[in-house]
Amino acid sequence: MLKRLRENKSAQGTLLVTPTLLWMIGLLIIPLLLTLVISFGSRDADGGVIYGFSFHNYLRLFGYSTNCDAGQASCFEPLYVNILGRSLSLAFNTTLIVISMAYPLAYFIARAHPKQRTTFLMLVLVPLWTNFVIRVYAWMMLLREQGVINGIIGWLAARLNIPFEPLQMLYTPGAVLVGMVYEFLPFMILPIFTSLEKIDNALFEAAADLGANPFRTFLRVTLPLSMPGVVAGTILVFIPVMGTFIVSDILGGRQVILVGNLIQRQFLDARDPTFGSAASLILMILTLIVTYFYTRKFGFGEEIVVA
Amino acid sequence: MKELSEFAVEMRDVVKTFKTPEGTMLNAVDHVNMNIKNGEFFSMLGSSGCGKTTSLRMMAGFEWPSEGEIYIEGQAMGHTPPFQRNVNTVFQSYALFQHMTVYQNIAFGLEMEKAPPDEIKARVGRVLDMVQLMGMEKRFPKQLSGGQQQRIALARALVKLPNVLLLDEPLGALDLKLRKEMQLELKAIQQKVGITFIYVTHDQEEALTMSDRIAVMSKGKVMQMGTPVEIYERPTSRFVAGFIGESNFLEGTVQSINGERANVLVPALMTEVTGLNTGKVKMGEKAVVCIRPEKIRISDEPVSKQNSFRGAVKTTTYIGSDTHVYVEVGKLTIKVWEQNRVSSLDPKAYYTAGQNLTLNLMPENTLILADA
Ligand SMILES: Nc1ncnc2c1ncn2[C@@H]1O[C@H](COP(=O)(O)OP(=O)(O)OP(=O)(O)O)[C@@H](O)[C@H]1O
Ligand SMILES: [Mg+2]
Repeated sequence: MLKRLRENKSAQGTLLVTPTLLWMIGLLIIPLLLTLVISFGSRDADGGVIYGFSFHNYLRLFGYSTNCDAGQASCFEPLYVNILGRSLSLAFNTTLIVISMAYPLAYFIARAHPKQRTTFLMLVLVPLWTNFVIRVYAWMMLLREQGVINGIIGWLAARLNIPFEPLQMLYTPGAVLVGMVYEFLPFMILPIFTSLEKIDNALFEAAADLGANPFRTFLRVTLPLSMPGVVAGTILVFIPVMGTFIVSDILGGRQVILVGNLIQRQFLDARDPTFGSAASLILMILTLIVTYFYTRKFGFGEEIVVA
Repeated sequence: MKELSEFAVEMRDVVKTFKTPEGTMLNAVDHVNMNIKNGEFFSMLGSSGCGKTTSLRMMAGFEWPSEGEIYIEGQAMGHTPPFQRNVNTVFQSYALFQHMTVYQNIAFGLEMEKAPPDEIKARVGRVLDMVQLMGMEKRFPKQLSGGQQQRIALARALVKLPNVLLLDEPLGALDLKLRKEMQLELKAIQQKVGITFIYVTHDQEEALTMSDRIAVMSKGKVMQMGTPVEIYERPTSRFVAGFIGESNFLEGTVQSINGERANVLVPALMTEVTGLNTGKVKMGEKAVVCIRPEKIRISDEPVSKQNSFRGAVKTTTYIGSDTHVYVEVGKLTIKVWEQNRVSSLDPKAYYTAGQNLTLNLMPENTLILADA
């Protein structure tokens, strides 16, 4: 038996991938199929699932209300489409802001003296040791009406005798954006840093030697060679921002509802797993489409592949 | 009009001090003076860590001298950045841009000059022709062999038509055969374009065959500067005589000096040796007699009364064109390279251990150097 196995290369291969395969089937494929099946069903009065084959959850998601009165002029209900759009645009904005903050930081760290470099990298990483949710709550402390920021401004205003109304910062789209940027910044800094650090110093010297000033060296050499890091970071940031609900839940309250919140509420509050499943699948498809077009253009952040 | 200087590059009393990781200060380049003439093939030769790369990097502008000044075409460089200097570098690691094609790599420097597109095209074509890489324009550096990458690095620098080309061991990564080919090719290109080449190497044969002039360096200092013939035939120090080619050294004390000649008493031979006075020795002081192994003549009987020593063969090594004979004379072993002028199968034709013979050191082939 063992001897046969030793000689049979394809049996060996099968045996080697089996654990991964089982894992994938058990924890990815089956749940995905279940979600798909549920999304075609409808809910009963107790929040259970009545299996069936109907697209009404999807129609509802895209605005075609099923319990629309015949007399009503338009039956289009943009609530969920707006949520999808808001999530997409928030993910785009977060990613753009994170790139524009992370690149200079990563550049600075990559160019720092090797001894200081470790310190800076630690500073980037240390916040990750604290739980995600706790860090978002910290922002709540900073942003709320009696929070730290309003406190400081109010104190300054009192000193300068300026009338001051506490700013409404918490539960705004801005608060959610700030929270997202804060949460995902490290995931952009690290890959960009890695690809910047890998660039051989001699290349900068070669560019200067050939007549490029520092600015043109950056545009023609540094930036293209660090693109793999930017691409990897974008994937690491965009996809989770699309799906997360904690940041918007804590910092956005009822004001800023994203797809993530929608899905969560369907399962926990509204007790409609069929609609929640449909929303989950749409979120996945949306993310896949964006990622697909993005990686088609920029690759997966691997080394520059020679055609 | 810019005043034309006779020298392409001058180093005047240049010092470069580095702080080592151990915390000490190190003069990687130590009061170096060098004049490199326009159109010259100039080599810096020295063992590892003697400051060749540091000197070259200061000329390119990647490092600035701690003391002294570097002049390029008569202009003091001070802290002029690399992109404003009319010199180009061929890096030892090639430093090719991996994200650009061969064409883009070579065109890069011309684009930085804002040359018109058709001129760029023409010049890139010409230089690719020169390094024999036509048809490789669309390839990426990773798709080229080491030798081809080396040529691209050369082409990328050459296309700028700088006044001075700095080359840091450009052939160091190539195998011996390719290296020899590229040596000839480089020299031919240099003669064709007439650009001053400053060439760093630790391969003395390479320096001797390619250079118009050589600077031999050691521990940050220039030990001697001159043509290959001068360096080999008239080394001015024991270091250079030992570093370039091989030499026999006989230590002693200067007994007398008569103009061009000097006599040194060599205790190990218990006799005096006469040789060329190199001008730096003084009466009564320590000196060293220096003679190249191929310049010693072997005979049965002494040729003259002067500089002839009886000895016995210790060992011999047959190396094809020559036989290396190690002869015991007094307390010393002297190496002699004898050319095998006669084809013979008889082992006796190539000397045998224990054989008695006479070594003749012609005074005009023998140098008396100060023993520093
Ligand atoms: N940036 C630096 N910091 C500290 N020391 C340095 C630095 N660069 C060079 N050195 C030291 O200066 C000395 C000369 O170095 P350099 O690179 O010029 O040698 P080299 O002659 O080019 O040697 P090789 O033939 O090995 O390339 C060496 O002892 C080296 O350790
Ligand atoms: Mg070097």
